[in-house]
Amino acid sequence: MDFVTTLVSSAYQFGDAFAFLVLSACGLAVIFGMMGVINLAHGEFIMCGAYMTVFAVNWGLPLPLAIIVGSLFAGLVGMVIERLVVRRLYSRPLDSILATWGVSLIASQGTLILFGPTMRGVGTPLGSFMVGSLSFSYYRLVLMATAIAVLLLLYLVFNKTRFGVLARATIQAPHMASALGVDTNRIYTLTFGIGAALAGLTGGIYAPTMTMIPTMGTTFIMEAFVTVVVGGADVFIGTAPAAVLLAVVKASLTSWQGQLAGQIGLLLAVIITIRLLPKGVTGFILKGRV
Amino acid sequence: MTETMLDIKGLRAGYGGKPVLQGVDLTVSRGEIVAVIGRNGVGKSTLMKTLIGLVESMAGTITFGSTELTGLTSFRRARLGIGYVPQGRDVFPRMSVKENLQVGESMRERVSPDVYERIYELFPILRERAGQQAGTMSGGQQQQLAIGRVLVGSPQLLLLDEPSEGIQPSIVQDIGRIIRKLNQDSGMTIMFVEQNLDMIRALAQRCYVMDKGRIVAHVTPHELDDRDTIRKYLAV
Ligand SMILES: Nc1ncnc2c1ncn2[C@@H]1O[C@H](COP(=O)(O)OP(=O)(O)OP(=O)(O)O)[C@@H](O)[C@H]1O
Ligand SMILES: [Mg+2]
Repeated sequence: MDFVTTLVSSAYQFGDAFAFLVLSACGLAVIFGMMGVINLAHGEFIMCGAYMTVFAVNWGLPLPLAIIVGSLFAGLVGMVIERLVVRRLYSRPLDSILATWGVSLIASQGTLILFGPTMRGVGTPLGSFMVGSLSFSYYRLVLMATAIAVLLLLYLVFNKTRFGVLARATIQAPHMASALGVDTNRIYTLTFGIGAALAGLTGGIYAPTMTMIPTMGTTFIMEAFVTVVVGGADVFIGTAPAAVLLAVVKASLTSWQGQLAGQIGLLLAVIITIRLLPKGVTGFILKGRV
Repeated sequence: MTETMLDIKGLRAGYGGKPVLQGVDLTVSRGEIVAVIGRNGVGKSTLMKTLIGLVESMAGTITFGSTELTGLTSFRRARLGIGYVPQGRDVFPRMSVKENLQVGESMRERVSPDVYERIYELFPILRERAGQQAGTMSGGQQQQLAIGRVLVGSPQLLLLDEPSEGIQPSIVQDIGRIIRKLNQDSGMTIMFVEQNLDMIRALAQRCYVMDKGRIVAHVTPHELDDRDTIRKYLAV
């Protein structure tokens, strides 16, 4: 392999790992970072988005539109679950973990009953290109672009919009926000909805690359939690840098020793982070500030 | 006859089922400046929090204008035109000064665009520091921000909990002047908790004295010139 091929191949593997980490984690990170809720149904929101996307494609929608439908549907389901379950448990974090775990079990078992153990998916679009002797998928490039677009969009939504100002006020001092006229319950519902919609987007956009099974969400769970634990509570200063760091670890170990080594590397990274930076990258960066 | 703006009757409230307020009765007329004074821990802040709805009331009524407030969530009370500036200020620390002010817009359907101009005239420091993280400002600056933030919503009734606490004297005077100006220029009704005698004398038209969760006396600021009275009611 010549130098250019090696370079392209490493960049591609890094980008692929980065996209997977960011997209796996972003929904979880928004819900954890903005609301302090550890959402164990995260994988099922991903599955929900994936299934809805496949249905929408089967109804005749083009894939990009179908992914948006899948994402919005997961977001709606998320808002309903926030209203019915999560809302009651904000002051009881342990109970909310348990409750969302329950939601996750019901969702995956319910999907199994309704749609069977597997469902026909959609093929991966766009084909591939060659660099030297290696072939790369165009669709993976779309995934990388989407990951970056999602981070950018999140940044804009939470920092440059009125909703973002109210959402941050609500996390930093919920009582004060409410005393200033902010309907904090609505903010929580919308934020949870955004987190669920992001999970749904991840499901929809990865659906063409995966087998459609009710437990498909679990594929993303390890990466999602690893990224959020290493990143800490802040999506922007935490999740994004954590994803870069972990993508380097995962991509280099995977290309050196294979998939398993990559996974082990991620777990080691978490253990080291917990020992050294209990509040993740976010805590490390915020320490120098207020 | 003056119009009653706030009418509190038999108000009981507290934390975890234990009452702190043991039946508070108090009225404020439109356009008045009223002080609530009393020693540490008698329930002054609890009263303010119960008025804005951050502490749930157990019994009694709070009538604002013609609206009964008990049972309304705090954001609804704020939207009726009650502005609350808490003890300790509670600015949003990791948001800019401008963003802190913007949160106050939630009190209104729409705010007029010149409201920021008026607030920056009252508190020039907020214009200067508009982009600064609120948590990095001094106590006095944060107090000005907390007041400015609530003024964005143009409240009819302003509740201030110890606005002078932990702030250097020159800024205390500024804040006192601005509160008086708000009352005189726009007729804003003001109810404030305070332990600083100068501030009480400079602003209050009437004072309610609180002890152990009840209103135990009703005095004019002049009566506070008397040392025995002060010793009786305040922790001086
Ligand atoms: N969040 C809370 N949970 C439980 N008890 C509280 C809480 N806040 C205040 N208390 C108690 O309620 C009582 C009244 O407190 P409050 O803050 O209303 O007093 P205060 O008159 O404002 O005092 P200060 O002058 O020190 O501000 C005190 O005994 C206090 O310990
Ligand atoms: Mg107090």
